[in-house]
Amino acid sequence: MTRDEAFSQFLLRMGDNTLILGHRVSEWCGHAPVLEEDIALANTALDLIGQTQMWLGLAGEIDGGKSADELAFLRDAWDFRNVLLVEVPNDDFGRTLMRQFLFDAWHSIMLGRLMKSSDEQVAAIAVKASKEVTYHLERSSDTVVGLGDGTEESHARMQEALDYLWPYVGEMFVSDEVDTEMAAAGIAPNPADLREEYDALITRVLTEATLSIPDSRFAHKGGRDGRMHTEHLGHLLTQMQWLQRAYPGASW
Amino acid sequence: MPRASTDQIWAWLDAVPDPEIPVISVVDLGIVRDVRWDAETLKVTVTPTYSGCPATSVISMDIETALRDHGIEDVRIETSISPAWTTDWLSGKGRAKLEEFGIAPPQPAGGPERCPRCGSKAVEKVSQFGSTPCKAHWRCTDCLEPFDYFKCI
Repeated sequence: MTRDEAFSQFLLRMGDNTLILGHRVSEWCGHAPVLEEDIALANTALDLIGQTQMWLGLAGEIDGGKSADELAFLRDAWDFRNVLLVEVPNDDFGRTLMRQFLFDAWHSIMLGRLMKSSDEQVAAIAVKASKEVTYHLERSSDTVVGLGDGTEESHARMQEALDYLWPYVGEMFVSDEVDTEMAAAGIAPNPADLREEYDALITRVLTEATLSIPDSRFAHKGGRDGRMHTEHLGHLLTQMQWLQRAYPGASW
Repeated sequence: MPRASTDQIWAWLDAVPDPEIPVISVVDLGIVRDVRWDAETLKVTVTPTYSGCPATSVISMDIETALRDHGIEDVRIETSISPAWTTDWLSGKGRAKLEEFGIAPPQPAGGPERCPRCGSKAVEKVSQFGSTPCKAHWRCTDCLEPFDYFKCI
């Protein structure tokens, strides 16, 4: 694998995570339990899609002059490189916010490291995105604590959400040859090296939320290397890509 | 026609309102980073507030339109994300106008100093997110009015 091939995979992983999660979160627009939460979810989705433009924009430049839009709307499921966690359906508000928290915690640590990337453009995107993600993490942590340490009903739902999502956490810390290449070039950290800081962060918040972290370290994998996505990604793409597929080149 | 000075151009840009918070200008907001002539082309460097802010493309269009109205035909808008925009770049005039308009200006402490309507310091956060990406939603517990707070980033 050449340096450019690895770099392009790395950028797709970053951009596909924010794109797919941004789309998932945007599905709440107009449906959230209260207006303030609706606005917060839509704003979070907007930030994530904005970050996608930067990551996929850079990926496209390296990958022979494709635009971020082409990468987002004209690839099929097997070409996506997001972790499986972000394609899991929203289910209830609790699971959506638990998924957000588990992702935000990783995202904030990852961006913190990328701010020191040897690649100037990667560092610039990370500095910009990190400011936004600090707010995402503050909100998802507060909400996980509020609902986890809330009523009997909300506590049970948050524990159920954590149990359901936990097997998807491990994939964020798996390293492969792309990561080895990126770490050697000083462009990105080795994902496995983020785990300790991640565990400390989520343990602190989940303990305050009176929730129990499952013991198992079993991890569903296959998203970030594109080997096997969940069936949910295809369904998501049929909606997200519909307009560009039905009316190729449409713009406004 | 002689080229307008960059000082003059900054003054013209200071009259271009932010599309979502029209009480302040794009210069007050600190998103115009550089104005320079490159031969007959005027280059204006703009930085987005938040990466997904939908106002960014409207702002570029408004800047271009304003400069054309002042007779500058050849304008090029360049977008730069580094250094990343910070609320420290809001002008003093911009901060005062925000508060007068009912939006609490950003504070390093991470929350509004006082209610922009009644001045009370008894305020509480409703949500980290508000009506635009750059604002949070707060409320005054004295006059009971909700208000926007311009987030510090």
